[in-house]
Amino acid sequence: MDMTTQGIQIAQPFVPAKPNAAKVVARSVNVHYGEKHALKDVSVDVPDQAVMAFIGPSGCGKSTFLRCINRMNDTIPICRVTGKIEIDGKDIYDPALDVVQLRARVGMVFQKPNPFPKSIYENVAYGPRIHGLAKNKTDLDEIVTTSLEKAGLLKEVKDRLNDSGTSLSGGQQQRLCIARAIAVSPDIILMDEPCSALDPIATARIEELIDELRSNFCIIIVTHSMQQAARVSQRTAFFHLGILVEEGETEAIFTNPREERTRDYITGRFG
Amino acid sequence: MTTVYFITLACLVVAGYIIAARRARALRPSSGAAVHSLPTYHGLLAAASLIVPMILMFAIGSPIVKQLATSSVFSFFPPEIANDPLQRGVILRDVANLLEGRYQGEPSAALRDAAASYARFFWTGRLVVLGTGIAVGMAALLLVLSRISASFRARNHFERFVLAVLLLCALVAILTTIGIVFSVVWETYRFFFDPSLKGRPTITDFLFGTEWNPQAALRADQGEIKTAYGFIPLLTGTLLITFIAILVAGPLGLFSAIYLSEYATPRFRAWAKPILEILAGIPTVVLGFFAALTVAPLIRGWGESFGLDIASESALAAGLVMGMMIIPFISSLSDDVINAVPQSLRDGAYALGATKSETIKKVVLPAALPGIVSAFMLAISRAIGETMIVVMAAGLAANLTFNPLEAVTTITVQIKTILVGDQEFDSAKTLAAFALGFVLFFVTLMLNIIAQQIVRRYREQYD
Ligand SMILES: Nc1ncnc2c1ncn2[C@@H]1O[C@H](COP(=O)(O)OP(=O)(O)OP(=O)(O)O)[C@@H](O)[C@H]1O
Ligand SMILES: [Mg+2]
Repeated sequence: MDMTTQGIQIAQPFVPAKPNAAKVVARSVNVHYGEKHALKDVSVDVPDQAVMAFIGPSGCGKSTFLRCINRMNDTIPICRVTGKIEIDGKDIYDPALDVVQLRARVGMVFQKPNPFPKSIYENVAYGPRIHGLAKNKTDLDEIVTTSLEKAGLLKEVKDRLNDSGTSLSGGQQQRLCIARAIAVSPDIILMDEPCSALDPIATARIEELIDELRSNFCIIIVTHSMQQAARVSQRTAFFHLGILVEEGETEAIFTNPREERTRDYITGRFG
Repeated sequence: MTTVYFITLACLVVAGYIIAARRARALRPSSGAAVHSLPTYHGLLAAASLIVPMILMFAIGSPIVKQLATSSVFSFFPPEIANDPLQRGVILRDVANLLEGRYQGEPSAALRDAAASYARFFWTGRLVVLGTGIAVGMAALLLVLSRISASFRARNHFERFVLAVLLLCALVAILTTIGIVFSVVWETYRFFFDPSLKGRPTITDFLFGTEWNPQAALRADQGEIKTAYGFIPLLTGTLLITFIAILVAGPLGLFSAIYLSEYATPRFRAWAKPILEILAGIPTVVLGFFAALTVAPLIRGWGESFGLDIASESALAAGLVMGMMIIPFISSLSDDVINAVPQSLRDGAYALGATKSETIKKVVLPAALPGIVSAFMLAISRAIGETMIVVMAAGLAANLTFNPLEAVTTITVQIKTILVGDQEFDSAKTLAAFALGFVLFFVTLMLNIIAQQIVRRYREQYD
């Protein structure tokens, strides 16, 4: 294991992003909430089959940018997004695009676990049902089981699939939300501080999970933990005051940032 | 005298508060320790300890005084008068009139003496009550004052007083309910089983009879006409009208609630919701004549154009207007509970690619179900209990029918009809009102239990 200059361990071996494998391409994205200019001219490439971390102080626009990628900002009336975001080369702000379909392809896991107040089974089956992904009950059972399996939750809940999702522990709930997101087989999974409400053990469990999911999905994770960013991500983007300050391979960002602000933030001299 | 008592009480309370608080403020705790309670609490405790015994004194003393004064009156009259309940009433009224200077004519010597004695007993009695009240209050106050010290836990003692007051209020509410239920049950029992009652039905007649005709029992010389207390037509009438009302108000109320909470802009919601709530404030009499004079003729005209013969009073007219009346109960309450569903649940559904209506149907409404069911229950109870609209629009005819175009009557309307007009209280007819009331109570109770079951079965609890 090599130590970074800041003393943060990079536990995962670094996997360089494949060239030309950008899954999400953002160009000059600006976001306004009413008068407030929350995101300024952000351009970034997000690689496929890798984890990208967004870091930065509170209020810098990480969540805002994340919510642009599945157009969750559409649900906020005062929010205005300009610029261009492409997924697989297709503009997602194209008026002809079906937002509902987009969101089925871009899953999201929230900061606070938000399972539906339904059974564990129904939580996972909800997405496949509304998108008609299962032809029959057996299919649906299959999807539910594999999603729970992939989310590493199956072992713990397989005897109680009919219990309420809200009866699970916080960490289990978050994995249930991940299973729910996986069940509609998205290409991209957005995670907004998925571990901030969890204890270290549950966090470690989810980090492991993210690492396993990486081979099949493009994952973007917002986190306040430098260690977590270093552990799970291959690329890191640092935001500050609505500006994308620096973006690059995680190891480079943590060992040798180009910008003074990035270094200050990573070493905790910032705030 | 009552006024004097309570003014004294108020003065003492204020004085007690000030004295106790001031004394507490002057306390100097021994080194290191702090005064346990703030001066306010010492004051409040002093006030509370004054109020309780003084009010108790008044509550116990006043009736005793009244009783003594009253019984002193009768010693001035010969026993044959003093023991006749009717005469006693007359005497007491005369005494009261005499004392207030409203007595017509020249009072007899006995009456004048009686009045003087009454006044004497009354005033001395009241003075004694006032005196003891003050004495007891002062004693309690002195007790508290004597205990004021740096370590005295006035704050904790006052907490107990608060608990007692709250408990008392809760008890009063519960006991009142129990009392009402018991009185209804008792009169209902008499209706069925009191042997001295003429023309009472058996329970089976009442519960399963299909004819309702209590009027015939009105006068003795009409004894030949058959009275009937079969309550089935009233039940069907009630259920029919309530059903129509819910058919109208259920979808309209629920959908407008969904629109208001999920789709409407905040500005639209801000003025639309109060307008809907105004609908709930329209007196039912007004809605009643609206039903009778506007809606019923409309329905009739509409029916005629189809060649239907519709009675000018119909279950449909009453049901429609009653539906309008209960829309705000459903819409306003449902709107509140839908709004209370956390945004994070909606976000979760949207992020999975659910459309707005899918989110509402599968996530928001199930989560809001308990509240929505109680909104419906409240609306149904209102509909079942509503009288005025039915009287005006649906009539008094106890027809056993499920045809909404005919005139029907409801339980509440019959209760009202039975008790309006003068007949003696003890007739079978009046007691029938209690039986109906009991059934009404029972029906609403059942509906509530069913609703609880529905909620328990389908509820999706978010935390
Ligand atoms: N719904 C909204 N309405 C108005 N302003 C908003 C809204 N959401 C975010 N903002 C503003 O946009 C800016 C960026 O917010 P954002 O939530 O993206 O920050 P963040 O980087 O995710 O912060 P945190 O780490 O605390 O989650 C903030 O200044 C915030 O005040
Ligand atoms: Mg955020």
